[in-house]
Amino acid sequence: MIESFSELFLSRYNYWMAIILMLIGLYALIAKQNLVKKIIGLNIFQTAIFLFYISFAEVRGGTAPIYTAEGISALYVNPLPHVLILTAIVVGVSVTAVALSLIVRIYEEYGVIDEDELMQVVRKR
Amino acid sequence: MTIINHIPVFLVAIPILASLLILATGWYDRRFCYPIALITILSQFLASLAILLRVLDGGTIRYHLGSWAPPLGIELVIDSFNGFILVAILLLAAATIVYARRSVEKEIAPDKIVSFYVLFQLLVTGLVGMTITGDVFNLYVFLEISSIAAYTLIASSRKPHSYLASFNYLILGSIAAGFILLGIGNLYVVTGTLNMAELATLLPASYHLATVHSAFLFLMIGFSIKVAFFPLHLWLPDAYAESPSAVTVLISTVMAKVSVYALFRLLFTVFTTAYIIDSFPVTGFILLMATVAIVAGAVLAIAQEDLKRMLAYSSVSQIGYIMFALGVANEIALEGGLLHILGHAVMKGCLFMVAGLIIYRMGTSRLSDMKGLSKTMPISCAAFALAGASMIGIPPTIGFMSKYYLVLGAFEAGLWPYAAVLLVGSLLAAIYIWRFIEIAYFGDPHGGHDEDHHTHTAEREGPLSMLAPMVCLAILCLLFGIFVEVLMGAVGPAALLLLGGA
Repeated sequence: MIESFSELFLSRYNYWMAIILMLIGLYALIAKQNLVKKIIGLNIFQTAIFLFYISFAEVRGGTAPIYTAEGISALYVNPLPHVLILTAIVVGVSVTAVALSLIVRIYEEYGVIDEDELMQVVRKR
Repeated sequence: MTIINHIPVFLVAIPILASLLILATGWYDRRFCYPIALITILSQFLASLAILLRVLDGGTIRYHLGSWAPPLGIELVIDSFNGFILVAILLLAAATIVYARRSVEKEIAPDKIVSFYVLFQLLVTGLVGMTITGDVFNLYVFLEISSIAAYTLIASSRKPHSYLASFNYLILGSIAAGFILLGIGNLYVVTGTLNMAELATLLPASYHLATVHSAFLFLMIGFSIKVAFFPLHLWLPDAYAESPSAVTVLISTVMAKVSVYALFRLLFTVFTTAYIIDSFPVTGFILLMATVAIVAGAVLAIAQEDLKRMLAYSSVSQIGYIMFALGVANEIALEGGLLHILGHAVMKGCLFMVAGLIIYRMGTSRLSDMKGLSKTMPISCAAFALAGASMIGIPPTIGFMSKYYLVLGAFEAGLWPYAAVLLVGSLLAAIYIWRFIEIAYFGDPHGGHDEDHHTHTAEREGPLSMLAPMVCLAILCLLFGIFVEVLMGAVGPAALLLLGGA
């Protein structure tokens, strides 16, 4: 019982953390009224995905795959997921920048960034 | 000879450089932007034609970026399926860029025009990249390039509501992209590769794993948001209705179709029919949702008071037709679906161009303001009637041919009730198309807008650069329908390829 529990949860806690973070992010995206908080939620959601990639790339005791005089070290970490996530981080930053600039324009136009108030202002026009 | 072999990479690399060139020359003089964008997109179109001819002649083209062989490097793959899609989207992009010039002058602030063309070019390039890449992570990167460009383009309209439309699309689009990224991660965990062809050979051994199922679901949901498949279509009406006319034409035709392409590519090439029919039977559910989409989209379209919004909901319905082909998944239905990808792009492009021209001329897109429009804008109304006939599926238009193949495919699979839904969808389309026709041709102009058209008799309908692409697309609706055999030469092998034959 305890062994299966530890196998399912404790030894893979990094995946569980990724899932929990992802759900927190999705919750903020859907439930938060403030548009900036929605974007923070989006960032948490994306970070959870990055953590998921980094988690599955991890090898206990592994090193960087660098060729030395003796050849490549026996136990090395696959660098590809890290590279992919580097790209995904850049994408995430650009999306955040676009989103925040949109929020600035919305605020300039309507004077509010709260979703409910925004709907009221939009309806009045 | 060597240059010709490198066309696939030029198709992506040169336009990205061109978009930088547009930005740089835009600082010097704004007038240089448009010609550069025009020339780049036209030459992309010609290059794509050359590629399609080579593919139909000599089989699939595989291009290894930087000469790194596939397991390590990224490859571009062009076969008869995406060669066909590539030509279709670049044809529409070329028509849109011709149309865009005057429309943009009117709808976008002058100081934004430089960035508009930069983003326009980036959007087209991102979509071309999505079409020709043979690597799933590369697909994600191009998807995000095109999405970010699209968010910004939607917000470039002078209407303040466009910021909200763009923001909503950004939120949903980013969730979709996140799911797609997760799906790709799961595939990588199982197989250790990102190359589509290699995934297709390695995956069957793991079809029973929960990881593969979750990868499939993440990808499926992510792309369903991107193509606006029925319950996930919420971003679409606002995004289409609030953006500038030229952007609406581009995203409703080119962008929507490339997302559909990517979904087909993943489902049929990466997961193969063996998975989606036997290991994880999902086609029945897709079929059911597709029929719901066809009916619900059309009913919502009938309820709209705004022309652009009506056409946007009609897109939701027509996406249902394409997904229907995916749900039936036999050769004839897929041929119909592929024809509908091209056909719907052509006719919806034409209809949105008409809507854009009406906005250009009258500054409104409310249906009730269009009474008696056929007297002031006869060519536009005729183009609308022709493309609308194609939307309904009246022979001999392309819309008829694609729906005919879809119905035949459904019959072959023994799905009679579903075939009936296709016909109901056509009837509902007839209702919403007829609403415009009735108002435009039989409405009383004096009850509607103010009459001022006699003052500009010379340019009564609109500039030639907007009329010409619109009329061309309307005529193409007809020509593609009549000469459907020519298209079948490309569509037939593509459908076979998707099913894993030939």
